[in-house]
Amino acid sequence: MFKRLISLEWKAFIRSASAGKSIGLKILMVFLGLYFTLTFLLIGIGLYPFIQEYFPGEEPIYIVNRFLLLWLFVEFSYRFFLQTLPVLDIKPLLILPILRRKVVNFVLIKSLYSFFNFLPLLIIVPFGILNIYKNEFPVSSILAWMIAMIGLTLSVNFANFIIKKRFTDNLKALFPVVLIIAILALLEYFKVFEISYWFGKGLNEIIAYPFLAIIPVLSFLFLYKWNRKDLENKFYLDATFNENGKSADTKDFLWTRRFGELAPYLQLDLKLIWRNKRPKTAIYMSLLLLGYGLIFYTNDTYLDMPGFLVFVGIFMTGIFMMNFGQFVPAWDASYYPLIMAQNIPMEKYLNAKSGLITFSVVVLAILTTPYVYFGWRIFALNLVCAVYNIGINIPLLLYVGSFNKKRIDLDKSPFMNYQGTGAAQWLVGIPLMVIPVFLFWIFYKLSSFEGGMLFLFALGLIGSLMRKRAIDFIAQVYKRKKYAMIEGFKQKDS
Amino acid sequence: MITATNLTKVYNGITVLNIDQLNIPTGQIFGLVGNNGAGKTTFFSLLLDLIQPTTGCIFNNEITVGQSESWKPFTSSFIDESFLIGYLRPEEYFYFIGELRNQNKADVNAFLENFGDFFHDEILGKRKYLRDLSKGNQKKVGIVAALIGNPKLVILDEPFANLDPTTQIRFKKIIKELTANGDTTFLISSHDLIHITGVCERIVVMDRGVLVKDIITSEETLQELETYFSGEHFKEDKRFS
Repeated sequence: MFKRLISLEWKAFIRSASAGKSIGLKILMVFLGLYFTLTFLLIGIGLYPFIQEYFPGEEPIYIVNRFLLLWLFVEFSYRFFLQTLPVLDIKPLLILPILRRKVVNFVLIKSLYSFFNFLPLLIIVPFGILNIYKNEFPVSSILAWMIAMIGLTLSVNFANFIIKKRFTDNLKALFPVVLIIAILALLEYFKVFEISYWFGKGLNEIIAYPFLAIIPVLSFLFLYKWNRKDLENKFYLDATFNENGKSADTKDFLWTRRFGELAPYLQLDLKLIWRNKRPKTAIYMSLLLLGYGLIFYTNDTYLDMPGFLVFVGIFMTGIFMMNFGQFVPAWDASYYPLIMAQNIPMEKYLNAKSGLITFSVVVLAILTTPYVYFGWRIFALNLVCAVYNIGINIPLLLYVGSFNKKRIDLDKSPFMNYQGTGAAQWLVGIPLMVIPVFLFWIFYKLSSFEGGMLFLFALGLIGSLMRKRAIDFIAQVYKRKKYAMIEGFKQKDS
Repeated sequence: MITATNLTKVYNGITVLNIDQLNIPTGQIFGLVGNNGAGKTTFFSLLLDLIQPTTGCIFNNEITVGQSESWKPFTSSFIDESFLIGYLRPEEYFYFIGELRNQNKADVNAFLENFGDFFHDEILGKRKYLRDLSKGNQKKVGIVAALIGNPKLVILDEPFANLDPTTQIRFKKIIKELTANGDTTFLISSHDLIHITGVCERIVVMDRGVLVKDIITSEETLQELETYFSGEHFKEDKRFS
C-alpha cells in the first residue's frame, strides 16, 4: 500500500503543470541543501575539538547538553518558517478501501525523510563517534545519548507540525505557546530559573543512566500519535466545512469606492485576503516581521554594515509585497477563466494589484517609523527602501508573476492545505532584496551612505514615474502567456 | 453575430475540432449537442479566447477573437465553476459582475428581482459563500450572472445539467423572454435533447469535432435527434471498441 501511495506522489510531482518550474527551483534547493549539509558536517566534526579549545577542562558533551535547549529552540524556529507540512490529496482516497490510519501513517512517515531531520544527524553522529573514540564515557552511554538526540530532533519535527497547524488555523491558539516561551526566556535571562541549565543536567543523566534515553524516544512517539490522531479526526471532507459555512463575512470594503474604476477589483482583492486563510496569514506575518529591525538595529556590528540595513528596510516594508505579490495572479487561479472572459482589461487588473501592494508598502513604511529611535539614517533608509519597493520591486514581481502557472486552491478544504508555505517561498524574495543591497553598497563605497540612499531613491522614483509604461508592458506579457496560464491554473495539484 | 471559418484545434496531433464554416445570426437561440468529446466546450472556449485555434479564426460581431478584446463588453458566459469566485457571497458576485458591465448595485438588485422563483430563496440573503453552495445552486448563480447587463451574446455550457426540474423549466422561459426582442444571441450546449429542442431555434450536432447536422427546430427535430444518437454508427464507433 505504501508503495502505491509513493507512486501516486511521484506521478503528482512529475505530471504537474509546474514541474518545469519546480525542477528549476529544486536545483537551487539542492545547492542550498549541499551547502547546509557541508556546513553541518563541518560543525559535527569540529564541535569536539572546538569545545576543547574554548572550554578547557570541561567535558564537551556536557557543554553541548548545556546549550541543547537553545539549539532545539533555534531548530524549531527555522523549521517553523521553512519546513512545509507533509501534504497529500485525500479526497480521492476517502472512498477507496484504504485504511485511514495507513494514509495518515504514510503522510507522517513521509515527513521523517525531510531534509530538516537529516541535518542534525550530521552533527549528532560525528560528534558521538568522536566521543566514543576519545573513550571518556562507556560506549553504551554515548549511544544512548545519540538515540536521545535523534528522539529530540524528531520530537521537534512533530511538535512543529502541531504548532504550525494550530497557527495557520487560529492565530490566538499560538498565544499561550509564545507566552510560555517568553516567560521561560525572561527567567533564563534574569537567571531566576535557568531552564536550559536544568535541561542540560537532565541530559547528563542519560549519560550516567543510558536507559533514560527512552524518555526522548517516548516524547517522539507521543507527538507522533498526537499528530496521527489530529489528522485522523480531520479525515473528512467537511472537517472544517461547518466552520466556514456558518456565517459568511459581510464586510464590503465600501471605502474603496474613492478609487473609482479600480474599486471593484480592490474590493475583490481585499475580500480575497480577508476571507482566505493563506493570504490572511501573509498579513499577520508582515506585522510579526516588523520586529525584524530590532535584531539588527540593536547590534553594532550590523550598524557598521549599511548593506544589512538596506536588506532589513526592503524586507520590512516589502514583506507583504513578497508574500502576496509573488502569487499574483495565482491567487485568482481558481477563477482565472472568468477574469479572462469577462470585461476586464488586463491593465486595470494589474493596476489594481499593484495599487493594493503599494498601499501595503506605504502602511508598513509608516509602521516602521518608530525605528527613528535608532537614528534618522535608519528612518530615512526605510522610507527610501519603501520607495524602491514601490518603484522597482512591485513591477518586477508582477512581471515574474507571468511565469507563474501553479494554481493556488483557495477553497480547497483546509485539510493539510499549506501550499507554498515553505523554503521555496522565501527564495523568490532573494533577488528582490539582494539587488538593492548590492546597488546601495556600490554607491556607498563610491561616495557615502547618503549617496547610496539617493541612488536607491532615484531608482524608485524613476520606476514610479514609469509605472504606467511598465504596467502596459507587463499586461502585454500577460496577454501573450494567457493561454498557458489558463491551462496551468486548471491543474489541481497539492 | 458569430462567424467561424476554417476553425481547427489540434492537440498532440489529434484534431478535436474542425469547422469549415459556421454562421450564427444575431438573435438566434443556438443549440449545440453531441456526445462527450464532440468538441462543444472546445468551441466555446475558442469563442471566449480561452484557448488558441490551431488554424482559422472566429469573428464575434465582426471582431476577430484573439486579436482584439473589444468583444468582451457585450459577451457574457458561464462555462464551469471556474467562472465563480468561491469566497464571495452570491450578491457580492452579482455586484462584481454588474460592476464590470456598468451596472450599479440598484440596477443589479432590480435585475435580480426577476429571479426570485429561480433561486427558491436558497441563494440571496443567506450569508453563505459561493464555495459552500451546492453544485446546482452554484450553477444558478453562474447562469444568472451571465445574464446581467444586457449582453448581446450569452454562452452557456450545459446550463441544464445539475439544475432541478422546476428551475430547468423556469430557465427555458427566461431565455425565451430575453430573446423576445431579437437582439440577444444565445449559444447553449446540452446533453438533454428534450430541453434543447424545447428552447433552441436551431440545433447543430457535433461528432468528434465535426458538424454533422444543422437543423432548424421543428416538431420532428426531437425524433430526428433521438434516431441519430441511437443510430448504428455509434455502435460501430472505433473509439469504444
